[in-house]
Amino acid sequence: MDIVNSEKNIDILAIESSCDETAVAVVRNGREVLSNIISSQIDIHTIYGGVVPEIASRKHIENIDFVIKEALNKAGKTFDDIDAIAVTYGPGLVGALLVGVAEAKAMAFALSKPLIGVHHIEGHISANYIDNKELEPPFLCLVISGGHTHLAIVRDYGEYELIGKTRDDAVGEAFDKVARSIGLGYPGGPKIDKLAKEGNPDAINFPRASVADSKYDFSFSGLKSAVLNYINTCEMKNIKINEADIAASFQKAVVDVLVSHTMEAAKEYGFDKIAIAGGVAANSAIRGAFMDICKEKNISFYSPSIIMCTDNGAMIGSAAYYEYLKGNVSKYDLNAIPNLKLGEREKQ
Amino acid sequence: MILAIDSSSVVASVAIVSEDKVIAEYSTNLKKTHSQTLMPMIDEIFKMTGLNKKDLKAVAITNGPGSFTGLRIGGATAKGIALALNIPVIQISTIEAMAYNINYTDKYICPIMDARRNQVYTGVYECKEEEINCIVNPKACDIKELIDELEKTGNEVIFLGDGIVPFKDIIDKEMKLKHYFSKGHLNSQRAGTIGVLAWKYFLEEKYVSSEEFGLEYFRLSQAERERMNRG
Repeated sequence: MDIVNSEKNIDILAIESSCDETAVAVVRNGREVLSNIISSQIDIHTIYGGVVPEIASRKHIENIDFVIKEALNKAGKTFDDIDAIAVTYGPGLVGALLVGVAEAKAMAFALSKPLIGVHHIEGHISANYIDNKELEPPFLCLVISGGHTHLAIVRDYGEYELIGKTRDDAVGEAFDKVARSIGLGYPGGPKIDKLAKEGNPDAINFPRASVADSKYDFSFSGLKSAVLNYINTCEMKNIKINEADIAASFQKAVVDVLVSHTMEAAKEYGFDKIAIAGGVAANSAIRGAFMDICKEKNISFYSPSIIMCTDNGAMIGSAAYYEYLKGNVSKYDLNAIPNLKLGEREKQ
Repeated sequence: MILAIDSSSVVASVAIVSEDKVIAEYSTNLKKTHSQTLMPMIDEIFKMTGLNKKDLKAVAITNGPGSFTGLRIGGATAKGIALALNIPVIQISTIEAMAYNINYTDKYICPIMDARRNQVYTGVYECKEEEINCIVNPKACDIKELIDELEKTGNEVIFLGDGIVPFKDIIDKEMKLKHYFSKGHLNSQRAGTIGVLAWKYFLEEKYVSSEEFGLEYFRLSQAERERMNRG
């Protein structure tokens, strides 16, 4: 696809409200971020030890118009300058998604502009286009977040093939649960990442699980249980646990599985480009491990900047741009689909 | 002209109203999600009437009580249209809007919405000429508490709303006062009614910006209730 030749700049206003961030961005030609406003609700949900869907939905509708206005102001744009309205319609929390979807549909209608429903995970993958201007499909992408663990082949813009996913907990969930067990609290990912730097990753040998009938699928519930068992055993024997060692050893076990699955798939499918995406892709150990092994194997490695790893509107605007070029627009009956599959579009 | 919207219960209703005139009204009472019905209905009434959405002066929307998700779909739809067209939002109580379906009566008007767990979202209104006065502010309460409150007034009552279905028997059994249940066509939230009421509010400059617009849930989320119960 030749995007350089398009004569006019395409500016897309994109909304993301699938979980606990109300995020809106204006993105030019899928790659240039004119504004990217994220209103996080994390302080409220921390009180409850995790995201409360009803509270998230209430906060989204309170905040969304402020965030949209700020995104336009920051970009120096008015609604008249916008070429299309994009929105995440799944997967995610249904009540949270519905706020963004209803708002986006109403704006698209009022402005008579095209509406583009975007898959949240496709957005995460597309975050790589923003921070790596030279990256183009095909490539292999590992998507890791609080709700998702996907190994996907990106055949072309908007064309995905899922080759592996988690059978139980998402990576981010495992981080949260282990963090809670060693008293770090929510959200677990950044806290474990920080503490692990002070620990010995080889102190405890936690299991590296594989799934028997599918070599690219993941399983993290066994690893999580192994950590909990280890802590219980120590307590029963009155041995003082070293939280930093647990964090480092757990994280190492996660990194090993993610890296081995991804490198194996790259070899089998013949990819020389690997990308990572999603909130957990901000983890320094995971980024470091991929950087090292890709360098060693002469594979190009891509990752979004830390801010582009978290849920944001810019990544949705990037994914939407390529749908816009293909003429894939959504109708006004676009619904929120909490369990939307990767590569699956709403029925047109 | 004003676009009026309601999706606070199973009913979805949209209307275009100018002054006291309902130009178009489209209501459905289906098991379909509002996410799939509401926006196509709005699109349809503009197509049918040929009216220009840029001529809208305001968007009117019931802001609660009601189904949390339903309120948010309607609310976000109203906000999105108002923000994009740079027009204000007229927020109207769902209970007041239902009471406004009825006029010129000497009986009390008592909308009841099924709020689950043996509760209703309700309020009490009286007619004063063609307008209505609020006697009991909108609230969530036990059906028996409402019956006791009405008995004390000694006034005859007209009930309306989707709360009739689950609570008619208990009202008939417990209530000694003469009471009436409204017919189906006046029984639900209607955007035409909301639009006519909204026009009055519009002239009184009772409106907010789309950012200021807020929903009234009348209930905390379950997580907040449980946290409060734990102390």
